Amino acid sequence: MALWFPHLPTDRLQRPNKALAARDAPPLVVVAKVDNALRLSALDRKAASLGLVIGQPLANARAMLPALKVVAANAPADLNLLTNIADWCDRFTPFVALDGADGLLLDVTGAAHLFGGEQVMLKKIRGNLQAQGFAVRCAMAGTAMAARAFARYRDGAVIALGAEAGEIAPLPIEALNLDPITTHAFRRAGLKTVGQAASRKRQEITARFGAATIATLESALGHAGKPISPRTPAPDYWKEQGFAEPIAMEEAIRATLKSLATALFEVLEQRGEGARRLEAAFFRADGAVRRIAIEMGAPTRDPAIIERLFREKLDTLIDPLDPGFGFDLIRLSASRVERAGAEVADLHAGVLAKKEISFLVDRLAARFGSHRILLFQPNDTHIPEAAWSAVPAQYSKPAKLPWKKIRNARDAPRRPLRLFTRPEPVSFLPGSQLLRWRRVQHAVAKSEGPERIAMEWWRHQAVPPTRDYFRMEDGEGRRYWLYRSGMTPREDVIPQWFLHGVFA
Amino acid sequence: MAKPVCAQKIIALRASVAKAGLEKKSSRIPLGHAAADLCLKGGLKRGALHEVFAVIGHEAAATGFTAGLAARAAANRHLLWIRQDFSAREYGEISATGFLEFGLDPARMLLPCVADAADGLRAATDALSCAALGAVVIEIPGAPKILDLVTSRRLTLASAQKTVTAFLLRFGSLPAASSAETRWLVRAAFLPAQNENWGHPVFAADLIRNRHGQTGQWVMEWNCDDGVFQKPAANSGLVVPASSNRQAATA
Repeated sequence: MALWFPHLPTDRLQRPNKALAARDAPPLVVVAKVDNALRLSALDRKAASLGLVIGQPLANARAMLPALKVVAANAPADLNLLTNIADWCDRFTPFVALDGADGLLLDVTGAAHLFGGEQVMLKKIRGNLQAQGFAVRCAMAGTAMAARAFARYRDGAVIALGAEAGEIAPLPIEALNLDPITTHAFRRAGLKTVGQAASRKRQEITARFGAATIATLESALGHAGKPISPRTPAPDYWKEQGFAEPIAMEEAIRATLKSLATALFEVLEQRGEGARRLEAAFFRADGAVRRIAIEMGAPTRDPAIIERLFREKLDTLIDPLDPGFGFDLIRLSASRVERAGAEVADLHAGVLAKKEISFLVDRLAARFGSHRILLFQPNDTHIPEAAWSAVPAQYSKPAKLPWKKIRNARDAPRRPLRLFTRPEPVSFLPGSQLLRWRRVQHAVAKSEGPERIAMEWWRHQAVPPTRDYFRMEDGEGRRYWLYRSGMTPREDVIPQWFLHGVFA
Repeated sequence: MAKPVCAQKIIALRASVAKAGLEKKSSRIPLGHAAADLCLKGGLKRGALHEVFAVIGHEAAATGFTAGLAARAAANRHLLWIRQDFSAREYGEISATGFLEFGLDPARMLLPCVADAADGLRAATDALSCAALGAVVIEIPGAPKILDLVTSRRLTLASAQKTVTAFLLRFGSLPAASSAETRWLVRAAFLPAQNENWGHPVFAADLIRNRHGQTGQWVMEWNCDDGVFQKPAANSGLVVPASSNRQAATA
């Protein structure tokens, strides 16, 4: 199914502004700079009926209609609007693709009967969009290319499967949406309709226009369809519930989410899978769509856990879920699933504790974001700051490397408890044991070292200087971890010192 | 008052019972330092809120002391260490290798990193409802308004409910009234170089509030291998500097 919005930019301006859309308002055009001249890029219905055409220079248009209302083009806003319409269309099928700057393609295969058949579905979509203030043309056909052509040249057509070739024949060659040069060449060759082009031998067209043109033509004739590429990957599983009367009560929303989760998990359980990521989409009665996703550290099939996580998430949204006049459709989809064995009531204490902790991680991640809930993982390097990393706990896999102590048994720690991400430059007062760090002087009473750590030459293009680490203690018992940068301090070069961490 | 010898015997017996696995969760966490344990009637109370204040400039020492207490409390369960974005820049990022060397298991640590104190306390309240955790440490730099008596009371209650011990690690602020079970003021202690050996971490810990007992002041050495606090060796010639925070300590 294809939708075409012939007046999208002007609809965008007229929808919120009733004065622009009034019966006696001047014609509205949108202009953009093309080839150093302001040209019309979109017209409203009135301007089109008065004989203006897209591509016309603004000066000409002004000469024809001095009362013209002119607005500069805003392509990003148009795209945004089109995306919002696509979001709204998600309620009919998960496969919605943008088609150029002013069209949408919906793959409604197997979805039409849910809405009372193709004819009824088409009417419903069109009626709804028109009620929202859009000029829209639409058509259904066996392939996206054919539907697209019919939407532009035979509004409202529902072409039966297999009948495309016959129906599309009388349409002009422009319906194929080829590039202007190819279209022009077809016209010059006397092939003015799709039917005429289709009547030629395929080899001839391939020889002249290339294989891509043939693919387009075949697709328009309904012979070989190319699948559309939807905006978002379709979820593996989803459940939805529509409401005759939009709901706005928080309790009702929660109860719906819970019943959807229960239904969804029944399916997942039969397949032996669990959800890692769930997305709830709230379709508002006025067309706005809000999506909220939660992630789990382990495949989950427990509706109670899901309800709790959604509650955490909804409580912490910066812009709360605004029901407006209510939601008329709520959909819960499992956008990432993983294999999960049957739930065996394993009451072993260790397993229970592990489960409890992973639930805690999920809860905290739902509240603060998964990038904020970390755990330590060892790295295979001896560079102090790279020896470990803090990774999101939800995504981490069990560490392959063991943690290895550097110190010998009975020795004091050789690595500081707190490490500065950026080693801080320090200086020693010449000829003294006074260490100056953060504008405060500390008398070094004890020092131990050096521990030489060479940088990894195989990782760097320009290898950073080797570091000589020292443990130092001041008169109050505070212990610092410092290093001297560079290996051979020459007499004429004052060595550079850095404080890298502090010991307990 | 009971004779110290008897009390020590009881503590030793308790420790051996705990080792045998007969007593799963005693209500007290022995620190290992005999005098301190005596004063604490067997150790830190499990399932309560404990506060550790760092003397200005001794944040790393307070971190170590808290890590020691939390390790004692967590035993071999998970430890949740909540910190704020800001503290890594000011006081240094807590380091996995540092904890490992200190005697903790980095694989059993969870590290939520939150934006501010309000988020940190919220995360802590959430975490304290998870009975599988051994201890929760919350690093709070400065004295945020949100940390008032009500909040500390809430933490105490949450901590008691599932008996998960909570530690508030406070940097750059003076001790103030709260519902904490114990309050410590911690600084590093200096052992003059009698031998060249670089010793275990030593803390001058000042117990300035003890809800159910007396206060006290001890020098404790953390034994990184056995994971216990102990008295520093007698011949170390220890010098405890007078607390610069005397005023606050007696408050």
